[in-house]
Amino acid sequence: MDILEYIELVFTDYTLRTITLGTAVLGAICGMLGSFAVLRKQSLLGDAISHAALPGIALAFLIVGTKNSNAFLIGALISGLIGSFWIRGIIKKTHLKSDTALGLILSLFFGFGMLLLTFIQKLPNANQAGLENYLFGQAATLLASDVWIMSLITGICLVVLLLFWKELKLSLFDPDYTKTLGFDIKFLDILITTFIVVAIVLGLQTVGVVLMSAMILAPAAAARQWTNSLSIMVILAAIFGASSGIIGTAISASHNNLSTGPVIVLVAAVFVLVSFIFSPGRGLLFREIRFRKNRNDLELHKTLSFMYNIAKDHEDISHPHAIKILNNFQGFTKRSLQKLENKNLVKIEGNMWSLTTSGYETAANLYNQITPMNDE
Amino acid sequence: MEEKIAVQIDDLTVAYNYKPVLWDIDLAIPEGVLMAIVGPNGAGKSTLIKSVLDIIKPIAGSVKIYDKPYQKQRSLVAYVPQKGSVDWDFPTTALDVVMMGTYGSLGWIKRPGQKQKKAALEALEKVGMLAFKSRQISQLSGGQQQRIFLARALVQNASIYFMDEPFQGVDATTEKAIINILKELRKAGKTVIVVHHDLQTVPEYFDWVTFLNVKKIATGPVKDIFNDDNLTKTYGINYKVSVQQ
Amino acid sequence: MSSAQIEIQLIACLVAIACAIPGTFLVLRKMALITDAISHSILPGIVIGFFITHDLSSPLLIFLAALSGVLTVVLVEFIQKTGLVKEDTAIGLVFPALFSIGVIMIAQNANDVHLDIDAVLLGELAFAPFDRLIIQGMDMGPKSLWIIGTILFSTILLLFAFFKELKVSTFDAGLAAALGLSPVVMHYGLMTVASITTVGAFDAVGAILVIAFMIAPAATAYLLTNDLKKMILLACIFGITAAISGYWLAHGLDASISGSMTTILGIIFLIVYLFAPNRGYFSVLYRQRQQRIEVSLLTFLLHLGNHVDDENERHVKHLNDHINWQKVRSKSVLDLALKNNMITIKNDIVSLTEKGQHFTKEAIDYIITNKNSEIEKMKDRFFLFRG
Repeated sequence: MDILEYIELVFTDYTLRTITLGTAVLGAICGMLGSFAVLRKQSLLGDAISHAALPGIALAFLIVGTKNSNAFLIGALISGLIGSFWIRGIIKKTHLKSDTALGLILSLFFGFGMLLLTFIQKLPNANQAGLENYLFGQAATLLASDVWIMSLITGICLVVLLLFWKELKLSLFDPDYTKTLGFDIKFLDILITTFIVVAIVLGLQTVGVVLMSAMILAPAAAARQWTNSLSIMVILAAIFGASSGIIGTAISASHNNLSTGPVIVLVAAVFVLVSFIFSPGRGLLFREIRFRKNRNDLELHKTLSFMYNIAKDHEDISHPHAIKILNNFQGFTKRSLQKLENKNLVKIEGNMWSLTTSGYETAANLYNQITPMNDE
Repeated sequence: MEEKIAVQIDDLTVAYNYKPVLWDIDLAIPEGVLMAIVGPNGAGKSTLIKSVLDIIKPIAGSVKIYDKPYQKQRSLVAYVPQKGSVDWDFPTTALDVVMMGTYGSLGWIKRPGQKQKKAALEALEKVGMLAFKSRQISQLSGGQQQRIFLARALVQNASIYFMDEPFQGVDATTEKAIINILKELRKAGKTVIVVHHDLQTVPEYFDWVTFLNVKKIATGPVKDIFNDDNLTKTYGINYKVSVQQ
Repeated sequence: MSSAQIEIQLIACLVAIACAIPGTFLVLRKMALITDAISHSILPGIVIGFFITHDLSSPLLIFLAALSGVLTVVLVEFIQKTGLVKEDTAIGLVFPALFSIGVIMIAQNANDVHLDIDAVLLGELAFAPFDRLIIQGMDMGPKSLWIIGTILFSTILLLFAFFKELKVSTFDAGLAAALGLSPVVMHYGLMTVASITTVGAFDAVGAILVIAFMIAPAATAYLLTNDLKKMILLACIFGITAAISGYWLAHGLDASISGSMTTILGIIFLIVYLFAPNRGYFSVLYRQRQQRIEVSLLTFLLHLGNHVDDENERHVKHLNDHINWQKVRSKSVLDLALKNNMITIKNDIVSLTEKGQHFTKEAIDYIITNKNSEIEKMKDRFFLFRG
């Protein structure tokens, strides 16, 4: 199936359209809120919360008795919130550190959830099939109504973020200062934590408990590399998240046996990888290039100023000198000499070199620049 | 002395984990002084500022700003936190950070506009950072970051300035630039309170000083009370200003 | 009890001990979450190993899986070093990606290989006794028992051989380096042990619940003791208790064995978290209340000492409006001071007694010189009644 056909199919096929829309909206909201989680240094809180949501889903099933994604949402939300507040309690009241608290809640809640799930599976209730989809997610089970709820919540999120944008940014950057300006940081904190938990819970059905944290982190971590502005970062993260959803759905829909969740996560991981390497400002590739260039420039400058020091003692600046004497100088290579000649700073004749007028001036300038810089 | 009292602290006690770090502090800071708070590490200098600003809840005592509780006088007070207290890799620009100084007067939800931007640009110019306004904050040097923080407080256009170690980790030029701005503020009748740890520069920079080590040791004009006796009381060992390098 | 049941419980106990030992060090080194990463990212290693050997308990598979665990640690540390993202974001990025690769590899080859993700993630201890090690026709017991037994044996050997080194490098990395113990070797040694244990345990309790067995017993023990040896011992005891009682819970409910074991671990943690003598929730609450009043008392006494000459400052009423306390609090503080003979009250003016003056002077000395433990001792000496 080629791409055009697939795009046509997205618009005509009801199920595919629903899934594509659902994963796109999910990616967008996760990217948006994930930016806040990453900047609050709560990257792994998402992992703990998504695992902690599992017993909530199972209990909701035990209470309601049928598969009802809204009941599951509420159950997951409640147990996710209990988990996140218990984590805070452990960090605050005991000497256990945050990593231990996160790991504890994550594994204990998940284990309890597994106990309930396997218990449910043995119940004589025909409706229980498909509960285990919450482990790895099953995008195919998305209904139009689920997508509506997701969009609605994303809309509410967006409005609230826009309303409190200034306050949220301030409290992310400098909480103490925010307090002195008279803003209630507890309110802002609860607001953003609740939204993050909501986003995670929304994603469980599609991406699953195990991989949900990546949906929160990856788009935000990728977006951070491309910009130095919070608003652009949030928008980019939403775009990256939505693209991961759409591309991931497309890949998994056009292959057999590919569950959507892991594919979406891998697509998001590719976004991260590309951003880490190729982003112009922070990327590893450009960093390496800049580093090399600086080092080369430094070598050239050093060679040039060494030559300058020799040449300036002579009356005629263009007096030729033997290349041999440069060998004593560390950092001198044939290549750097060649480069200097290409730049018309040096003239080479046989075994002798001499500075050109422009070479002499450049070197003199370098010399003057370096000296006051060292004073600072 | 018939001076107005800018900050009145009574019986202030603060405890971390139920261990007192500030103990029964009474302090009256007159309007228009440029005051240093000095004391050894762990003496509670930053804590004193933070509890005045209601960032930390004291377990006893009261703070009044021009005779009213702090909560009613926020607009009169500006704060420069320690440089190390924030994440400088945060995705934002120098101008953005300075604009944050206007948020308090805007209140909830309202967005900053042209007026706020103009004020921020003026403050940037005052600290000599106008050329760096669109720079990402992680690309600024330590001294430049401190200037940005100072500009953010200047935008608040307050009457009382609290600064937590503004000279820490800055270059000599920045230190001079900052102290000149502080002296200008005092000239304009503002009150400036600085947590400071370089005892050498106290007589040169400040006209008022408070010695603190859990308890208040002494407070008053530098020329009257900045002496070996008080230094010894504060730092415990035999302290001589002249020897301190 | 059938012999299969005994074997299952035996395997579970060995897993619990094998996890508790490295787990204790991971918790103390604040690296608990790295087990989370390892336990997920060994999946691609397991899958590749399974493609090659078609045997979940082959040593090659265990080696490959452990290798991918160590690789995860290296990768996480590399990303952290680039400074592109903060601290634990690196962990959160690496393991879902590797785990996804594993899941997709399984799904793509579902027809060729029978490897169930659920089994890898959640383990199926109930089947462990059926896979037996048979050497020259002799039944040597379940394979898992041998695998986890070997891992446990090596872990214990390493623990005894390097106990001192581990202890020093965990509690004082600087000292360890000064003594010539390479922190890098210790770090990667521990990571390797953790990876191998995770791999060895996955087929019993499942990769995810290994995290519970690593972290929960150690964290629970840490709430009860600070002594490293006691902590390891307690962690093992909690692990074994959860393993055995978890098995019977699962038996009773007919539910997942590893889920039940984790649930028991959770219950043990909850009980200790609430009721531990010194660090439990209730004892912390009680102590905080007591200390709040005692700190208030100190504050109050000091205030009196500071204002010997000023009767206004020592008027009972002043407590309310100036020190800014509520009535209830000032009353309980006044009562406590009176009961302990620290103050006298005459015409609503409060004065320090000689004992009160003594107490205040000593207290301030200790606080300024930062001798917190002395204050507690002093309270014992002076107080007839505590807050």
